[in-house]
Amino acid sequence: MASEHGGSESPTEYIFHHLTHLKVGEGFWTVHIDTLLMSSMLAAAVAAFLYVGVRRGSAAGAPVGLRNFVEIIYEFIDSQVSDIYHGNRAFLVALSLSLFTWIAAMNSLDLLPVDLPGSIAAMFGAGYFRVLPTADLNGTIAMALVILALIIVFSIRAKGVGGYLHEWIAAPFGNNPLLWIPNIALNFIELLAKPVSLSMRLFGNMYAGELLFMLIALLGMAFAFSIAGISLFIGQIIVGSVWAIFHILIVLLQAYIFMILPVVYISMAEEHH
Amino acid sequence: MEAIANVQAFTALGIGMIIGLGASGACIGIGIMGSKFLESAARQPELIPMLQGRMFLLVGLIDAAFLIGVGLAMLFAFANPMLASLAG
Repeated sequence: MASEHGGSESPTEYIFHHLTHLKVGEGFWTVHIDTLLMSSMLAAAVAAFLYVGVRRGSAAGAPVGLRNFVEIIYEFIDSQVSDIYHGNRAFLVALSLSLFTWIAAMNSLDLLPVDLPGSIAAMFGAGYFRVLPTADLNGTIAMALVILALIIVFSIRAKGVGGYLHEWIAAPFGNNPLLWIPNIALNFIELLAKPVSLSMRLFGNMYAGELLFMLIALLGMAFAFSIAGISLFIGQIIVGSVWAIFHILIVLLQAYIFMILPVVYISMAEEHH
Repeated sequence: MEAIANVQAFTALGIGMIIGLGASGACIGIGIMGSKFLESAARQPELIPMLQGRMFLLVGLIDAAFLIGVGLAMLFAFANPMLASLAG
């Protein structure tokens, strides 16, 4: 990795190299190995973290340390979900906890130095490695599709199959054979907009963040090639720090939004018209 | 050669407009929402935690369309489909 940057790689090539996934297969059947690997590893790590946090510490007395931290997260999510969903929220709180901690963990990999994952992957022989699963549209769309399936399942469970289909043709305009087509069109768009907006919002935020980190790294790279470029180096440090601090907020905010919106959608899906 | 330069020039202009117009829309929206939040926070300070949670939710929703635009603009910047069909 370091030898390539000795002047033989142009800035565009550098960015292209960092934006390429580790792929297997071609065309429609391309599988992004790095996305799958990182997301499953992080899911296991987050699950282990939560499990250890709950197991440690005594049952009596005030919780301290890791258990306290896990309880803070759980109570925060529980209060948020109870604000929105009025019903048996055991499943929804478990879902929200998984989503929030997993997405926050995945997103926070964006704060690693730009060249670090590539160097580690090069030690294992991989030419490319993109370490952010949520900056891959495949990753976010996969999660959003599961949320879409959950919305439909909750609707059917609340209204029955017949009731759900009746709502598709009767809401929101009214039960009149002339209005069936507009009703179906509107319901279809409304149902489609939810996973699309969910996935693209997360993808856009993370992709833009990652790209900006790469461009800031290019500032430093340009310093290496010009003698009077010390201002570029200082500029890279300042801009990099500012953007990293702002990105911490974005990481947590996007995880929170991806957690709270499915709860809102599911509670809307159980409403009867 | 000139056709490629043409496509690249128009793509660059398009990228600028996508990001610029999207950013202005998002910023104006968040400005209006933030001002309403501050007004209502001054009126009823006991509701601030709840309103703040809702406000962050709305920030994410308002930023969504803008960021989708940024994603598309990045696609045009690095993997321009217009240029690909010109070459192929």
